[in-house]
Amino acid sequence: MNIYALVKRTFDTEERISVQNGEIAEDGAEFIINPYDEYAVEEAIRVRDEHGGEVTVLTIGSEEAEKQLRTALAMGADKAVLINTEDDLDELDEFGAATIIAEFLKDKDADLILAGNVAIDGGSGQVGPRVAELLGINYVTTITELKIDGDKATVIRDVEGDSETIEAQMPLLITAQQGLNDPRYPSLPGIMKAKKKPLDELELDDIDLEEDDVEVKVERVDVFLPPEKQAGRVLEGDLQDQVKELVQLLRTEAKVI
Amino acid sequence: MSKKVIVLGEVRDGALRNVSFEAIAAAKKVSGDGEVVGVLIGDSVQDLGQELIQYGADRVVAVEHPHLKHYTSDGYGQAFMAVHDQEEPEAIVFGHTALGKDLSPKIAAKLQSGLVSDVTEIEGEGDDAVFIRPIYSGKAFEKVKINEGPVFFTVRPNNIEPLEQDAGRSGDVSTVSADIQNLRSVVKDVVTKATDGVDMSEAKVIVAGGRGVKGPEGFEPLKELADLLGGAIGASRGACDADYCDYSLQIGQTGKVVTPDLYIAAGISGAIQHLAGMSNSKVIVAINKDPEANIFKVADYGIVGDLFEVIPMMIEEIKQLKVNA
Repeated sequence: MNIYALVKRTFDTEERISVQNGEIAEDGAEFIINPYDEYAVEEAIRVRDEHGGEVTVLTIGSEEAEKQLRTALAMGADKAVLINTEDDLDELDEFGAATIIAEFLKDKDADLILAGNVAIDGGSGQVGPRVAELLGINYVTTITELKIDGDKATVIRDVEGDSETIEAQMPLLITAQQGLNDPRYPSLPGIMKAKKKPLDELELDDIDLEEDDVEVKVERVDVFLPPEKQAGRVLEGDLQDQVKELVQLLRTEAKVI
Repeated sequence: MSKKVIVLGEVRDGALRNVSFEAIAAAKKVSGDGEVVGVLIGDSVQDLGQELIQYGADRVVAVEHPHLKHYTSDGYGQAFMAVHDQEEPEAIVFGHTALGKDLSPKIAAKLQSGLVSDVTEIEGEGDDAVFIRPIYSGKAFEKVKINEGPVFFTVRPNNIEPLEQDAGRSGDVSTVSADIQNLRSVVKDVVTKATDGVDMSEAKVIVAGGRGVKGPEGFEPLKELADLLGGAIGASRGACDADYCDYSLQIGQTGKVVTPDLYIAAGISGAIQHLAGMSNSKVIVAINKDPEANIFKVADYGIVGDLFEVIPMMIEEIKQLKVNA
């Protein structure tokens, strides 16, 4: 089976966010594979181990994203592709990202494409379904289980707490929800092997795209932090009295009950 | 310039979801006095059309077909595009729900358009509208504008005030026929897990438990309090990782991001990832045995104490309040 996993390099979830000159400051931040994409990579490896084939991890970004690709290779992916847009593009929106990925994938005959259901930075969850639509293939988002049998997959989709069992035709793109699997940590031999696995670096030219083809439709005009939440009142006194006071405050001051 | 806006009205268990009324209010804002058309998709939905109109839609177009009983991206995509091609709108609004998140990128790809997901606020009106949305799960916000193509966005539930229902308002509800075919996904079964149908993303009140609940049964008092307040229960990653509850309840940077009117955190220490998912709630109550717990830094009201003492007392107190009211 020809399997692709789409990954994004994101801030570590531990990072605090700060803004400098109207941009999110990246100095000194730790970066990781977007956690939802990590489920996608893990599932891709498991599907390959069961059904055979090859897993390619794909990302768009700068040279720095090579580290996250190597991590995915160390987990067990076979090949990696970095589409480096650093020199060509200052900005990229979901329309552009999906266009690039779909252009790259259109002649690859992927049987299964896996992605995270959302990236924890941009948080839009658009790129997966957009790519499927551009490729003209089926997709199911936020899945917690995947079983493949021939040209059909049976998936369980998380729908705001409900679980739908869906029979989906292949080729298929799925996006991973938490609970799909427990991503493995790269082993030491895995890390050693990853260094020798193929990692292709491409630019827009190589996939016959011009900068104009992926010009942003949606433009960021500002970025800001939410107002700092002030610590409120910690109530005091007898516990019973505290609870009485709390309920009164919620009723009369906060007016939420 | 005035814009024609189409708004997807989302139906769950035979009723319109609140977020659809919020989406209509958002549509009004960007329409610049243009027409706002509600869209209903399902196997039997046109009866709900008048309600969309009472909340501000000018008229409603419904697509009904037996294959639209369950949501699939193929089925709803075909139905929505049938309405789109008839109406040729300049703007489109969906709710940022499981359905909206799944369907909107497909439509955007078909239209080769931009899409602003998860909008919490709209500044300005008509052509000058700019959209505010959370990034890094609410650790920051960005303001964006649409440079080209249709104005297409999804609104996060619970953030944009709906218009008041006007029972005297009426309008035309028409149907569009669409051939819904070649569905590549088929829903075989649905297992409902959510407690009493109050969905976390739309709940006005959330009672969330962390490691401090100590076990699955520890969620019982939390559930009782949530039921009493007409709310939903949620959890921290700690509680999910410890198997006290299902991952679908997880709130945080991985998991759901929620903004209820009242968030009660019981036995949650307040890791930065959890705070990202809930700190934009309007009022936060923290209950924790550890006075140093991080959660107190974002709480409006805090009680240092054992949740198994405090929560039952709150339940009694609120019951009393309701009796006296």
